[in-house]
Amino acid sequence: MTTTQTSDNGKSADTKDLEAFREQATAWFAENTPRDVDVLLPLTFMEVGTDAQFHFLRDWQNKVYEAGYLGAAWPKEFGGGGLPQAFQDLATKAMVASKAPIMLNAIGLNWTGPLLLDRGSDEEKHKYISRILSAEDIWCQGFSEPDHGSDLGNAQTKAVRDGDHYIVNGSKIWTTQGNYADYMILLARTNPEAESKYKGLSFFLSPMKGDGIKTVPIRKLTGEYGFTQTFFDDARIPANCLMGNEGEGWLIAMQTLEYERGARSGQAGGYVMTLADPEEILDLARNAKVNGKPAIEDPIIREELVALMTEARALSLNSRRDKIQPLVQDSPASLSLSSKLNSTDFYQRLNAFAISLQGTRGAYYMEDPQAHDNGLWQRGYLNSFSATIGGGTSQIQRNIIGEHVLGLPKS
Amino acid sequence: MSDADNPSTRASIGFSEEQAQLLDIATNFCRDKSPIASVRNLIDDELGFNPAIWKEIAELGWLGIALPEEYGGIGLGLAEVVPIAEQMGRTMLATPFVSSTLAGQALLVGGSEEQKSYWLPKIVEGAVATLATCEEHADWNLENITATATLNGDAIALAGTKYLVVDAASADVILATVYYDGRSAIAIIQRKDIPEGALRREKIIDETRRSYALSLDGINVSADALFPADTVTACLKYVELTGSLLLAAESCGGAHSVIEYTVDYLKTRKQFGKIIGSYQALKHPIVDAHVAYEKARSHLYSAAYTFDQQGEGEMATRMAKAEANEAFTFAADRAIQFHGGFGFTYDCDAQLYRRRAIWGEALFGSASYHRNKLADLMF
Repeated sequence: MTTTQTSDNGKSADTKDLEAFREQATAWFAENTPRDVDVLLPLTFMEVGTDAQFHFLRDWQNKVYEAGYLGAAWPKEFGGGGLPQAFQDLATKAMVASKAPIMLNAIGLNWTGPLLLDRGSDEEKHKYISRILSAEDIWCQGFSEPDHGSDLGNAQTKAVRDGDHYIVNGSKIWTTQGNYADYMILLARTNPEAESKYKGLSFFLSPMKGDGIKTVPIRKLTGEYGFTQTFFDDARIPANCLMGNEGEGWLIAMQTLEYERGARSGQAGGYVMTLADPEEILDLARNAKVNGKPAIEDPIIREELVALMTEARALSLNSRRDKIQPLVQDSPASLSLSSKLNSTDFYQRLNAFAISLQGTRGAYYMEDPQAHDNGLWQRGYLNSFSATIGGGTSQIQRNIIGEHVLGLPKS
Repeated sequence: MSDADNPSTRASIGFSEEQAQLLDIATNFCRDKSPIASVRNLIDDELGFNPAIWKEIAELGWLGIALPEEYGGIGLGLAEVVPIAEQMGRTMLATPFVSSTLAGQALLVGGSEEQKSYWLPKIVEGAVATLATCEEHADWNLENITATATLNGDAIALAGTKYLVVDAASADVILATVYYDGRSAIAIIQRKDIPEGALRREKIIDETRRSYALSLDGINVSADALFPADTVTACLKYVELTGSLLLAAESCGGAHSVIEYTVDYLKTRKQFGKIIGSYQALKHPIVDAHVAYEKARSHLYSAAYTFDQQGEGEMATRMAKAEANEAFTFAADRAIQFHGGFGFTYDCDAQLYRRRAIWGEALFGSASYHRNKLADLMF
């Protein structure tokens, strides 16, 4: 039987074609996913800390794009595959299922790309889109500043118009892949006298290679690298890097942040984070010993395991209930606004519990031969704070839910 | 990041047209019929509920939602009962709805054809039915039964005491678990079988409900008043899960309501010159309560949706019961604390919710009880 389904980009897909594509993608990933790699592969795009990791992942993304499994649903004229979204979704599924390495160019694929397709000029789309997909241009994001972590609207980096250029001064922090990036989506203040702090901000597609721009790697709590602080010291960037008009920076930045969780995320395809699989913790509990017996037979551990599995289900059920209108009409924004808080907090506790199941082995860390899974859970736990702190800390998330869902006054 | 293929998160959720309609109707009905003043008035009322509202509920057809058409019911499932129980919990609307639904389901699953044909149409029309399963030992295991039944000529003589028999004083029929002939059994006790003085009203923590101890000593029922022997074990398991599902629904409704009640206070009360809801020490925990309630509600409607599925239904229901208990408990506990001095008074509604949360956890198993059962199902 042949049926058609309509996808997010409005194109219809033939079920037979989809099935053929799925088989083809599954076979391609089975054959091409690298195995036994001698580079310690990053679990997320925020953990690319060595040149070896960077080059490995850049080559891998390029290969996936060339094979047609990345950007399959983006317009053909700009370098995409021009297919309905359903095809890309299948390719992404095949990629995840084969436990393939992550896609490197996360900011380009998930933020800059959708933003350009929505509101970029044709010239900008031609210039940037295909090079985002091929990973020839790496993109980073310059929103957070050292003194204004969670308060983006207060950004102080200045951009002053000077003829055909803007002169940029200030610094950005937590720039993921900043030392490798070719471009940055940059939020900077063009009008310090604007009637509100938000209206003084503008949005730039700024080159990263140039005089006056310096990146300094930040060493993370894991001991690894992955972020930089980026310093602008009288950096001159071409005036046509301004996106939209001066003063629209806050609006565009908010639109960009929406791509992170909205329906548009994942359009380009690929995945940029590997999350711990709650099932893996069961294996851990089966193999670990407590008083000579498998940990999974310990009543207290069993109860904790069930609580974690129950929570894992809640995350997935929440996102599906969010689409059932009568079950969310009491507070329509509640489930989407709480998903970041819920999931980041959950994965943190999952990792911590996994360490507690390892007995004395919990004391080891990456690269020790005694470490369980090469310290995967230890590293995962420490890195999990990037998610409970970045993108608005869990405490800011609670303020947002309290104010926007429950209607409590501002703190 | 797809979780659809992950067995631990492979849970289903869906919502029927009928559920949506019933949710809508029940939301308005319960809000209209059970303002907080009525809830408080009924606390001092011996019967504990308003018979006129009970009659309306029967006329709406709600007592037959999950009973087949051949017995006068509507022929839907417990999935469609859940939104009603949830809204009753939300407004603390006191009626024997949950008792009668539970007893009706027990009859449907465990009763003989004659027993079903006789009782189910009566239940649909508003006869009050209830279960008598709890005992002195306070064990949640429904097959831990010390009350007895003995064949005595043509009749069966019952002995022992059942506790926490909800709505027993208004019940037309009570289904009591007894030990008979070396096995678990369920006896149908009619109102006329119960001698004067056999019921003692119990003092229970949740004052919006009515509960009784029932002395079985001296009660005789006819030999055909026992459920067929081969259905009892399955029936008791079904009763445990049905009771868990309905109490999970009531608890979700209660959590929702007590959070709204507390948020209203946090938005109006001023201390040290500021609305207290602006303080993060109060704002963040109430957000945590809300987020926990939302998770519990997702589990609840997953359980409602999958209730009839072998295996999956049990898992989803036990998760829903555990999560709803904990969410309600946390929200109501914080509600008392965040109302400050007023929270310590009888006049503050926070205590009503907190007491209901304790009741909801004491019946059909605590969170920890269900997690232990889940562990056996899962690994």
